[in-house]
Amino acid sequence: MAVRPGTGRAGAGRRRPGSLRLVWVYPDLLSTYGDRGNLLVLKRRARLRGIEVESVEVNADEPVPRQGDIYLLGGGEDLPQILAARRLRDDGGLAAVASRGGVIFAVCAGYQLIGSEFGGAEGEPVAGLGIIDISSGRGDRRGVGEIIADVDPALGVPRLTGFENHQGVTRLGPGARPLAKVTVGVGNGDGTEGAYAGRVLGSYLHGPALARNPGLADLLLSWAAGPLPPLDGADEEWARQLREERLAAVTG
Amino acid sequence: MGKLPLRARLATTIGGAAGRVSRLTGRGDGSVIGGVLSLRLEPDLLRLLSAGRQVVLVTGTNGKTTTTRLITAALGALGQPVASNAFGANMEAGLTSALGQARGAPFAVLEVDEKYMPAVLQATSARVVVLLNLSRDQMDRAAEIWMVARRWREALAAAPNCRVIANADDPLIVWAAAAAPRVTWVAAGQRWHEDSWCCPECGSHLRRDELGWRCGECTFRRPSARWVLEDSAVIDAVGNVRDLSLALPGRANRSNAVMALAVADFFGADVAQALPRLREVSSVAGRYTQVDRRGRRVRLLLAKNPAGWLEAFDVLQPGSSPVMLSVNAQVPDGRDTSWLWDVDYRVLRGRPVFVTGQRRLDLAVRLEADQVAFELADDIDDVVDRVPPGELDVVANYTAFQQIRAVVGRAS
Repeated sequence: MAVRPGTGRAGAGRRRPGSLRLVWVYPDLLSTYGDRGNLLVLKRRARLRGIEVESVEVNADEPVPRQGDIYLLGGGEDLPQILAARRLRDDGGLAAVASRGGVIFAVCAGYQLIGSEFGGAEGEPVAGLGIIDISSGRGDRRGVGEIIADVDPALGVPRLTGFENHQGVTRLGPGARPLAKVTVGVGNGDGTEGAYAGRVLGSYLHGPALARNPGLADLLLSWAAGPLPPLDGADEEWARQLREERLAAVTG
Repeated sequence: MGKLPLRARLATTIGGAAGRVSRLTGRGDGSVIGGVLSLRLEPDLLRLLSAGRQVVLVTGTNGKTTTTRLITAALGALGQPVASNAFGANMEAGLTSALGQARGAPFAVLEVDEKYMPAVLQATSARVVVLLNLSRDQMDRAAEIWMVARRWREALAAAPNCRVIANADDPLIVWAAAAAPRVTWVAAGQRWHEDSWCCPECGSHLRRDELGWRCGECTFRRPSARWVLEDSAVIDAVGNVRDLSLALPGRANRSNAVMALAVADFFGADVAQALPRLREVSSVAGRYTQVDRRGRRVRLLLAKNPAGWLEAFDVLQPGSSPVMLSVNAQVPDGRDTSWLWDVDYRVLRGRPVFVTGQRRLDLAVRLEADQVAFELADDIDDVVDRVPPGELDVVANYTAFQQIRAVVGRAS
């Protein structure tokens, strides 16, 4: 069993009050584009607010622990994505987490596989986990590049800036709402980007999406830990500058 | 080597002249423009220029240029000239240009871009293909590495007279090479595991222990190697152990050197004679070069992807000497900087760290997340002015590296 350095082990203990347990699902299969970034940003922003954080990395040959607070899924190539979907269906843990209202944040390949189906290596439909009402297929061409999208005002999160690299097209069913409207880029392929339902949220902004979008990171943290105090301006400064620089570079 | 047809001779001559003009006018090393012109005149030139030579192709994500240089040095033990694209121009134009410039050389050692290897293998009828490693690299424009491995596999299966010399410690490399009829496995090591947790044969989880790796579900496993890198020593095919003692730093270069020795041995060179030649190589196309800049000893390390950064951190000066990191995101670098999050920067804690390059803010946010203290800087000279006289290591990705090299001089 492969255990990565510096991480805790999956156990069954319940979380202590004031502490958060983050679960990174299958970094061995779904971590192609710097997906560790989302975990690191959530950890840092929780700790800056005095919240204790424990993180667990669960490989594909281990059971998904049921008692986590926030679950993260990253991006991956076709074959690992198909394998991950198969393992997660057999495991059942993530579906159980969704039905008890746990927070799930999934990007790119991970976003597609939490839906009812997605396109496989040759575009063939592959069954997903069905924990959010979306369905994906393979588009005609790859969407590669910077993306900007304005978030559903109900979520109170500033506009998203990120990078996408996928060939997926995603349709939302009545049970899911679009996360954002695309200003620059491709997203779901119909002018919207990402989806959310309850505390399950998915996006095509791959890899370290939360590094450039600390507002989205705080939304996920608040879903798990309740209202958060604002951070000291100095702690936000580099992320603020990076957001500004990227938004300016893309909108010109 | 056969005589070239008239049109091929003409194409080579004109390409060579264009390359010289390009060099003289300071536009570059001339190999690409010369090759492009030659190929326009004779599209079959790569095949014609390869005919009758012993061609070695070197490919993989990291270490191509260095390994090409090391193989060229090792083959020097045979006492015959070697053609080589020593400066990393690794697509068809660069290859024809290198071959055209050394018409009489019976050997050619050619670095090849991963994507082009199958086509180049077919055109050159290469005698040896060296497969180093495969990991994520510039994924906004390059093919996914599983796809690259699949194309290699098909190309090598269709080349029965080719000897593959491949790294047994990289599962994706083994999968690509396993279809070839003749393989020499080299235990060259693999530090970066993040792209090989999945069995390339059946997709299941790979397990790793001190004996290597194997699939938990099918029979795919690490083959036993004829050549082994063991710490700082090489164990050759007949069991002789020799200390490498290279001038080039780091584990990655020791690994490249063992691959080079296996190639030289295949062509009948004596390891005892080839190894001293490898030790003389101290910089490769400006990489690892140490230059003096206003009383600071600046060492330039090129690292283009997370596996490369891991290897670069491995060769930093010991102690707490300063480090400059520089990242651009132009087309040759890849437009996507997500990979910065795949690198663990905590080894830099306690050193003065300076960040530069077009995407220095990405680095800033990344270092902050790892709680590594850093300062923003404008460029190499700004950093030189801010550190005390002594060592300064510079780690930069592709275009950032070229920019720094242009400032500190091309001495190599």
